[in-house]
Amino acid sequence: MDFISILSVFVLACFVGYYVVWSVTPALHTPLMSVTNAISSVIVVGALIASAAAGSASSKWLGLVAVALASVNIFGGFAVTQRMLSMYKKRERQGDKTHG
Amino acid sequence: MVEASAHAQPAWVLLAYLIAGVCFILALRGLSSPETSRRGNITGMIGMTIAVVTTLAIHAIASLPEIIVAMVIGGGIGLVIARKIQMTAMPQLVAAFHSLVGMAAVLVGAAAYLNPEAFGIAVRVTPIASQSFVSIFPVSRIEMGLGVAIGAITFSGSVIAFLKLNGNMSGKPILLPLRHLINLAALAAILLLIAYFTQDQSPWVFFTVMALSFAIGFLLIIPIGGADMPVVISMLNSYSGWAAAAMGFTLHNSAMIITGALVGSSGAILSYIMCRAMNRSFISVIAGGFGAVASAGGAEAIDRPYKRGSAEDAAFLMKQAEQVIIVPGYGMAVAQAQHAVREMADLLKKEGVRVKYAIHPVAGRMPGHMNVLLAEANVPYDEVFELDDINSEFAQTDVAYVIGANDVTNPAAKTDKGSPIYGMPVLDVEKARTCLFVKRSMGGVGYAGIDNELFYRDNTMMLLGDAKKMTEEIVKALG
Repeated sequence: MDFISILSVFVLACFVGYYVVWSVTPALHTPLMSVTNAISSVIVVGALIASAAAGSASSKWLGLVAVALASVNIFGGFAVTQRMLSMYKKRERQGDKTHG
Repeated sequence: MVEASAHAQPAWVLLAYLIAGVCFILALRGLSSPETSRRGNITGMIGMTIAVVTTLAIHAIASLPEIIVAMVIGGGIGLVIARKIQMTAMPQLVAAFHSLVGMAAVLVGAAAYLNPEAFGIAVRVTPIASQSFVSIFPVSRIEMGLGVAIGAITFSGSVIAFLKLNGNMSGKPILLPLRHLINLAALAAILLLIAYFTQDQSPWVFFTVMALSFAIGFLLIIPIGGADMPVVISMLNSYSGWAAAAMGFTLHNSAMIITGALVGSSGAILSYIMCRAMNRSFISVIAGGFGAVASAGGAEAIDRPYKRGSAEDAAFLMKQAEQVIIVPGYGMAVAQAQHAVREMADLLKKEGVRVKYAIHPVAGRMPGHMNVLLAEANVPYDEVFELDDINSEFAQTDVAYVIGANDVTNPAAKTDKGSPIYGMPVLDVEKARTCLFVKRSMGGVGYAGIDNELFYRDNTMMLLGDAKKMTEEIVKALG
């Protein structure tokens, strides 16, 4: 991909991000932060490339450390988000007259 | 063009990264309501799996064992933390996670700098037959420089935010002399060096950018006080996204770019929402120092008369009420009082009282902090309301139970033009027939360092004591 196609993807994704994030309910802003945390660890892709590449030992080690750090975030981030989301429950509507 | 061909990847790889990016969009989209959120999160996990497996499939043949060890170690630590962490400690955890993203970006940037050919961002130049060196593309140098700079700022800033939120460091702003000048100079130096980096790819340029960025991250966050942390943490969230996006530009990877843009805008929007909820400009938050100087008007007000009540009085008042609105704040989190609050609400509901919760956007130390705590205590989310949705109801409410919130209920924000929080949207708790205000003692003032007019009003009853103990006593009195 050349620079302009990359830039186009980026600019369009910013707009998508803007609209998607405004539609997130404020009650879920904490899970939003933890899940964005997890997905921004997609930087692991770069770390994997560095770890897999031949040619520079120091580059490989930096990559492996980055893989470990990003993995903390990926697994930890998704797991803690799932744990939080599973706590959000609706009221049980047994004999409840009021409307929420 | 050399550059375009250097990045040539099979079409299925590009497609896979694009699908991963779309999965991440859907993950955030799912958060528009609690019902769809869990499915969204799982879509996010699928996206991440696609991205990782694709990368491994085309790159890692030789180092697969080491990579798997690194992932197992990191993933194991992550899973243990995710299971053990207390919900009240979520802000610290998020700050810690941000720092890891930042550090990972720095490491990837450094790895790319040391081995640019592996990333396809350089050509080997052979000016004379005996000499050959690797020249990184100028565009890639800028992207790499920016990625490392943003990553380093995210890292050191998040470490400070973590220490402040975790209580290892005082939440008070630390003000260095000439700090604005130092920060601006460092920022300018970073940008100039990145520009110079396109001409000269020597290590000193690259590592000076990195060092200066680490330094500026520390300097930026130390002057910012504890209650401004919701903005800081959102801002760092945004930075971690931009760092990922910059690395995505370097690697020409659409999954990273899409994610970076999503996370970057997410953090930016959350910062904006937080600033608006405090009626402060982003610049004034970043400049720091808010709450460092106690306002002069506070001192004379201390001896004013107020009404003090007991747990029994509170229980009696709430039992008689038709509707009670509970207003939680950071104090509830500190005292871990959320479970006691829910017990109290359950008993009240048994007495036929309608119970609702009102949440100010900046209550707590991160966006949505109170909502998570209440959800943890099994409070149904449809009993929890945002400021704009519930504020008009206080006038028809018998009792407002304020627990651990102070500045967000201060009527001075509406009336006193001289007040530092003037203009900030607040919860109209004083309009309720009775306002029960749980507070440790009359001495302390809120974060903004100003007295709260509310304490001395005729319809306010102060419940002095620890938030959790007081609520538990009310539970006993109700039972």
